[in-house]
Amino acid sequence: MDANDLINLAYVAAATLFVFGIKMLGSADTARRGNMVSGLGMLLAVVVTLLADGLDYTWIIGGLVVGSAIGLAAARMVKMTAMPELVALFNGFGGLASLLVAWAEFEKVREIGWVAYELEMQANTVFSGFVIYAAMLIGGVTFTGSLFAYGKLSGKLSGSAMVFAGQKALNILLLIAILAVGAVFTWSTDLELAYKLFLTGIALALLFGIMGVMPIGGGDMPVVISLLNSLSGVAASAAGFVIYNNVLIVAGCLVGASGLILTVIMCKAMNRSLGNVLFSGFGAASGGGGDDDDREPKAISVEDAFYVLEAASSVVFIPGYGMAVAQAQHVVKELAELLEENGCEANFAIHPVAGRMPGHMNVLLAEADVEYEKLLEMDTVNPMMPTVDVAIVIGANDVVNPAAANDPESPIYGMPIIEAHNAKTVFVLKRGQGKGFSGLVNKLFLMENTCMIYGDAKATISSLVNELKGS
Amino acid sequence: MDLVLLFFIFVLAAFLGLELISKVPSQLHTPLMSGSNAISGITVVGALLAIRSEAEGTIGMILGVAALVFATVNVVGGYAVTDRMLQMFKKKGK
Repeated sequence: MDANDLINLAYVAAATLFVFGIKMLGSADTARRGNMVSGLGMLLAVVVTLLADGLDYTWIIGGLVVGSAIGLAAARMVKMTAMPELVALFNGFGGLASLLVAWAEFEKVREIGWVAYELEMQANTVFSGFVIYAAMLIGGVTFTGSLFAYGKLSGKLSGSAMVFAGQKALNILLLIAILAVGAVFTWSTDLELAYKLFLTGIALALLFGIMGVMPIGGGDMPVVISLLNSLSGVAASAAGFVIYNNVLIVAGCLVGASGLILTVIMCKAMNRSLGNVLFSGFGAASGGGGDDDDREPKAISVEDAFYVLEAASSVVFIPGYGMAVAQAQHVVKELAELLEENGCEANFAIHPVAGRMPGHMNVLLAEADVEYEKLLEMDTVNPMMPTVDVAIVIGANDVVNPAAANDPESPIYGMPIIEAHNAKTVFVLKRGQGKGFSGLVNKLFLMENTCMIYGDAKATISSLVNELKGS
Repeated sequence: MDLVLLFFIFVLAAFLGLELISKVPSQLHTPLMSGSNAISGITVVGALLAIRSEAEGTIGMILGVAALVFATVNVVGGYAVTDRMLQMFKKKGK
């Protein structure tokens, strides 16, 4: 058995650790250990690779140190509310790395020529050309797509869907160009021409990533993040085919497939197809239905809200992205505790796509130490709703929009929602009267049993907490 | 390595991935995604192999080192941030 066999055996072990890691991440009790197991697999893969011949260790150690320092610092310093942005950013880096690996490999081809490359790798040149282009393309789209998503999530770019005339046509043209350039690149034997085509391909891929995410509104971000995550796996897998490395292929493919499943789950939670999410420019079109309604939502003061809450015997909090923005999760938890001391039952209703990434609310409330049992999923909480005295909607919008249940005209018709409108009283905490992220008018705000409490969610809840403490 | 064999493991891995998480409770979606995102940083292995002093020209080396840095950020940051999230979940159970 030579060194190469040993390395490959170690890769098998690493892949096994990844499989177990992912499996364990799927259950609350074992998730943290699962993450460590998969991290161990990664460490094994890296250490074993370092034993390969001809590596330049000065650069490698430098690169590893710099990358680790940046990654650790970012992971330590990020606020829990900014988690979706960070995951999007990391994801984009993964995609970029795949692009660069494909490019570096192509530089090798340029150095020694296709014929020598073919001999050295025992590869088929057409296949090599194809996978180099594919890894570059998927990595590039993942990179700029993730960066654009990062910009939207962090508020550096407008979160709403951006559409312009001819956008779809432009995207289709772009796609055709990418495929055409790829086809010529794959079969081209002239290296100079191939090089130009490759660089053109990079530019097109980067542009396509931006154009692809641009028309997708902030409300659909959980799906997009999940899809980009899946793509970064596929990119890694494609890079694996470029360098004939089985651990890249397996690990990347695992991520690609599991990310795809998550994406499908997210789409189901919104009762929409993936195509619809990607191409509809949701929320940018003038919101159908509800626009003719010019009644004003009625607002109440914190003090009045306090009297209602003091008398309530059951309260359900419905958090959304607004709670994350206001960083209100800690005061919300405090309010819930005070209400319970007051003899009231306080729970949290979590919509699967509330926030900007899958399960975003669970992470925030976990950070604030809210008990696991108090987080109720949509299907559990909806039958209870008619018996709930007060439903407090904190910066959530579309996930409580009754139009999804009873207005066939509405673009979100059919999407499962938390049925806050069935509660006896609904308080909506909102910064202003503007529309939500999806750009749709929410009829819940106009209903008889709904009262709006305008202002920053954190400030509003803090004053409620003070009132309760004072009583 | 045999190309068909590589395709074979690719297809098997795809089905394995689909099977692994078809029924994950929604509260774990974020850590799961962030954890699997960290795994996609496996490109770090590809980047390491790209950094071979003799086989490639200067541009290849620069690209390889850049790939290594980005992939390492993805891996280290991804695992660290996932662990931070899961730590909070753990605390609450007791």
